[in-house]
Amino acid sequence: MTYTERVDGRKFDELRPMEAKAGVIPNADGSALVKAGKTTAYAAVYGPRELFPRFKQNPKTGIVRCHYGMMPFSGSGERIRPGNSRRSQEIAMVMEKSLNAMIDLSAFPNAVVDIYVDLPQTDAGTRCAAISAASIALADAGIPMKDMISSVAVGEVDGTVVADLSYDEEAYDAIVSDIPVAMTHNTKEITLLQMDGEISKENLMKALEMAKVGTETVYELQMKALKEKFSRSD
Amino acid sequence: MISNKETISVLAKEGKRLDGRGLLDYRQPIQLETGISWTAEGSAKVQIGETVVMAGVKLSLEKPYNDTPDQGGIMINAELLPLSSPEYESGPPGIKAIELARVTDRGIREAKAIDMKKLCVTPGEKAWFVIIDIVTINDAGNLFDAASLAALTALKAAKFPEVDPETGAINYKKKTDQGLPLLKEPLAVTVYKINGQLLVDPTTQEEHAYDARLTVASDDNGTISAMQKGGEMPLTIEEVGKMVDIALDKANFLRAEVEKVVK
Repeated sequence: MTYTERVDGRKFDELRPMEAKAGVIPNADGSALVKAGKTTAYAAVYGPRELFPRFKQNPKTGIVRCHYGMMPFSGSGERIRPGNSRRSQEIAMVMEKSLNAMIDLSAFPNAVVDIYVDLPQTDAGTRCAAISAASIALADAGIPMKDMISSVAVGEVDGTVVADLSYDEEAYDAIVSDIPVAMTHNTKEITLLQMDGEISKENLMKALEMAKVGTETVYELQMKALKEKFSRSD
Repeated sequence: MISNKETISVLAKEGKRLDGRGLLDYRQPIQLETGISWTAEGSAKVQIGETVVMAGVKLSLEKPYNDTPDQGGIMINAELLPLSSPEYESGPPGIKAIELARVTDRGIREAKAIDMKKLCVTPGEKAWFVIIDIVTINDAGNLFDAASLAALTALKAAKFPEVDPETGAINYKKKTDQGLPLLKEPLAVTVYKINGQLLVDPTTQEEHAYDARLTVASDDNGTISAMQKGGEMPLTIEEVGKMVDIALDKANFLRAEVEKVVK
């Protein structure tokens, strides 16, 4: 184990400075802003509303649709072409699965709840920030939810298990693994799990335990954001 | 029952508006913020009332166009994000986004706001290209003015990234302290005509009730660099004159707001 000090000086289980705010987009039925280090995600929820095209409607329940987009200037390299990429479509899909498990739209047959997440700046952990923001926005919109979803990435950098990797850590010149995780608050169940890199089973288990603690920190911020919004006089 | 559209029209005749503003008053707050995206070479967030728009500038080194081998270039793109309004859908830009991008582009391009020759590194081979992306966060009306404000503020805040002197590769993670060669500061102001009256900074409801609009981009010398008439109804020459007067005056007012956040 040679990674004894993190690139940005954080403790191994320490998340980047995080900020969360609910109700940032007046047009939306629910919305949120989540900042995790230098990653910023805006989330807006519209609905339940009528779903078009009609053949996609489900007469038994409403459905959730996720959209994920990096703004053209939000990448650390060249400009990103606007519009869907393979990457953005996959992220939208895993976000959808991650949130869907905790949303109950049985009272809204044929309807859709659209969740849009757009990021003006990114530095790793975008899907986690997106899910955490989306979860606040869903609660802000009053969508029936069984539980809150909180998300953070964990992983291993050169033998050391760490939480909330920054881009510099993902790109660290050694064996690195990145594991975005989303968890429910009450039952501590995993609703998002992806991984790339290399990790042993032992360290994977350690990392998942770290994710349990990390998502709890995210949860507290999410709840604080919601409480602040609903105690504001406006 | 009277619709909002009729109410807005009747009120306008008396010089009144639904939200109590004067016809030539912008909504408050007007808030500008730079540096909202570390990944952009320049960025800005603009808020006018409940309307929120962001602009980000990305710079790249490209081969100049054949007909202007000694110049760089600019491009302006606008995305009306479905995040920002229930009226917007995912997909390629519609005509509203295209018009917004093109009108904002003309205001800056035709004013010769950027010294294109100074963007040239090696004639015929390499020059800086400036791409401004405008995205909506909350569309509560008056995107033309907000987009133009965001674009100018982001341009003024932009810094060139470092270039490796040997390989010529751009290091986007390191910015120099050199800003863009700006010669002018054009801003667009859109004047709306509702029931014979002229007003600025419409809300979404007012945008559904107007008869005609005229966007006028003008620089700090009062020179007009772009115009765009919109709406179903005609304008008299006299009205155009009045609208331009209002636009020039309000452009100065908005330029002072830009000045507060970036010199």
